[in-house]
Amino acid sequence: MATIPVVQNKYEEWRLPSRGASGMISLIIGETALFSMFVLAYIFYIGKSVSGPQPAQVLDIPVFMTICLWSSSLTIWIAERAIEHNRMKQFTFFWGLTIVLGGIFLGGTALEWHRLIYHDGLTISTNLFGTTFYSLVGLHASHVVVGLIMLTAVFIFTLTGHVQQKHAYNIKTLALYWHFVDAVWVVVFTVVYILGR
Amino acid sequence: MADQTLPIGGALDITPQKATKQSFFEWLSEWFITVDHKKLGILYISYALVFMLVAGVEALMIRVQLAVPNNDFVSPQLYDRLFTMHGTTMVFLVGMPILFGFANYIVPLQIGARDMAYPRLNAFSFWLTAFGGLLLYYSFIGGFGLYGVGTAPDMGWFAYAPLTEKAFSPGHAPDYWAIALIISGWGTLGTAINIIATTISMRCKGMTLMRMPLFSWLMLVVSGLTLVTITPLTAAQIMLMIDRYLGGHFFDTQAGGSAVMWMHFFWIFGHPEVYVLVLPAFGIASEIIPVFSRKGIFGYAAMVAASVGIGFVSLGVWAHHMFTVGMSTPTTTFFVLSTMLVGIPTGIKIFNWLATIWGGKIVFATPMLFCLAFLFQFLIAGLTGIMLSAAPWDWQLHNSYFVVAHFHYVLVGAIVFNIFAAIYYWFPKATGKMLSETLGKWHFWLFLIGFHLTFDFMHIPGILGMPRHIYTYMPDRGWGIWNFIETIGAFVQAIAVLVFLYNVVISLMKGKEAGNDPWDAWTLEWATPSPPPAYNFATDPVVNSRRPLWDLKHPEDPDWKYE
Repeated sequence: MATIPVVQNKYEEWRLPSRGASGMISLIIGETALFSMFVLAYIFYIGKSVSGPQPAQVLDIPVFMTICLWSSSLTIWIAERAIEHNRMKQFTFFWGLTIVLGGIFLGGTALEWHRLIYHDGLTISTNLFGTTFYSLVGLHASHVVVGLIMLTAVFIFTLTGHVQQKHAYNIKTLALYWHFVDAVWVVVFTVVYILGR
Repeated sequence: MADQTLPIGGALDITPQKATKQSFFEWLSEWFITVDHKKLGILYISYALVFMLVAGVEALMIRVQLAVPNNDFVSPQLYDRLFTMHGTTMVFLVGMPILFGFANYIVPLQIGARDMAYPRLNAFSFWLTAFGGLLLYYSFIGGFGLYGVGTAPDMGWFAYAPLTEKAFSPGHAPDYWAIALIISGWGTLGTAINIIATTISMRCKGMTLMRMPLFSWLMLVVSGLTLVTITPLTAAQIMLMIDRYLGGHFFDTQAGGSAVMWMHFFWIFGHPEVYVLVLPAFGIASEIIPVFSRKGIFGYAAMVAASVGIGFVSLGVWAHHMFTVGMSTPTTTFFVLSTMLVGIPTGIKIFNWLATIWGGKIVFATPMLFCLAFLFQFLIAGLTGIMLSAAPWDWQLHNSYFVVAHFHYVLVGAIVFNIFAAIYYWFPKATGKMLSETLGKWHFWLFLIGFHLTFDFMHIPGILGMPRHIYTYMPDRGWGIWNFIETIGAFVQAIAVLVFLYNVVISLMKGKEAGNDPWDAWTLEWATPSPPPAYNFATDPVVNSRRPLWDLKHPEDPDWKYE
């Protein structure tokens, strides 16, 4: 009979991975597969366009907006640390900075697309390069948009005082998505602006 | 020794049923706004059964058209729509919803949770799937209006490019197909995420991963597979939409695009999809066979390992659908060997089921009958699969009725049989009523005979050279008699399904009361009342072994002593 209390004590320390993290990581795995298809299509079609313009003629490496997006991963990480330690002012500042950096990235994409469409005459239907470029970069940009909407929602609730230290865990789950969006840009950047040019 | 009942103490409490009167509209709105995993599970299963009837009628029309040579029972245009919609419906609106429906209902109960990890996402996913199905079927009346045959998809369920491009498919047939499946795909993705989070994070105390019931394990593997399977299809369909609406060139061969690219993308989804459908069926067999053999499952750890193994291997076999497309020899060889590799973990599973039955006290109840038929039929399906995996054999029989017979042996002979087994097994839990055993046996034997009449004989015209998707054929080919037998078999199956539906209705009205645990089973869902209350368990259960109810019923010889 002595075994029974032992058995029961064992489960007092019953810990399972958190719901939010398992769900978000699953979503990220699924999204990775989605992006992989567009990346594969891009790589497969490099140099297969039968008419111009070609990537080397029109693409510039978007250094500034890339730096902005990647730094936003750092600022959101600082914000995560801040809310964990209940430094709400610091959290608000760095969370807001993340949104600004993400917004700059999106603006950069808009300017780049405007130049490509009106100056270089490259649209999604011009050639294979246009098709694969706009769909891959556009898919990523749409994820940035979704991320920014969610970040902004949190920011508004922070300003109204609804976001508190007890939400640190939800914030970290959401930040996981933003880190994913930044990580995808590493792949898109490499494939589109380095390999494909 | 009574203390050893503690592990699930309180779980067996019979809690009083809610007996409040509601009006019809209250009842209806409860089903619309529900976030309860059990109600959503029932919604999924009912939805899938409705579409199973629809796709079944389509199959019957196809069979009537092919019954005799030079037939013109339906027009060629409608015929194309029938086989496309039959395939698409059965895979996306029947197979996946019904299996995810079972997962919804059973997994939280089996792991001792009170609901799924994300109840609202769960409801959202179901309604997305449901809306996708309705949109797909709206194509029959949408587009060109109510006359004729509408603009239902007519390019085969795999929708090969460039047939789906704007130049070759004007109108909206591929659009309905792609958009409906993108929407239901999001629903499926949501459910998969939900099941993963549930099995990872919601297990009750003591339910370690290696104590999780095999059905829940298989659903975890399936959901993981779904994450990386359904999204490539969505990606390919988005590309198709970009081609059709924005003038893109992904699959436009004249602008340098590649139609073979679509084949790769489709089958990167399409082959793992088969495992998404068949692995839950394995899970069902792994629950039912032990209970009706009165023995614990043989080789639990090997079963788990084999399931995960099948999941991984299935991601690397897709191009065996494309041997005739002209791939290089090393590529072909790779896909021949990787396809044959699937036979190993699958073989392990078959031997484990057989070893579970071996020496058991077999109870030939209806669920067990369906599972036994599954074992034999799945073996044959696997053997024709190994034949087709050999590239030279496939070059000969690609896109013939031999292939159609092979995959129907998997989809009907294995999956549908286990779906019926699961319905007979869990219906008492969900409704509190037993399905009639007499009608169940009629259903089983009629369906078995019909199945074998149709699909055994389908192999023969395939070997004689009958291609799939053909509208009709000449009398001098020697295919007529075989097709006629297949059509008779199809109608026998239809009668069996009608017997089943009658059984469901009559049992719901005046079936025998089931009680909590009619099969004397061992997993946690049988510890709850039938039907379970909204909160499932009055107190959170604690388990000490893989068979918590065995421990409870046999305190003198509990399982945890041997684990």
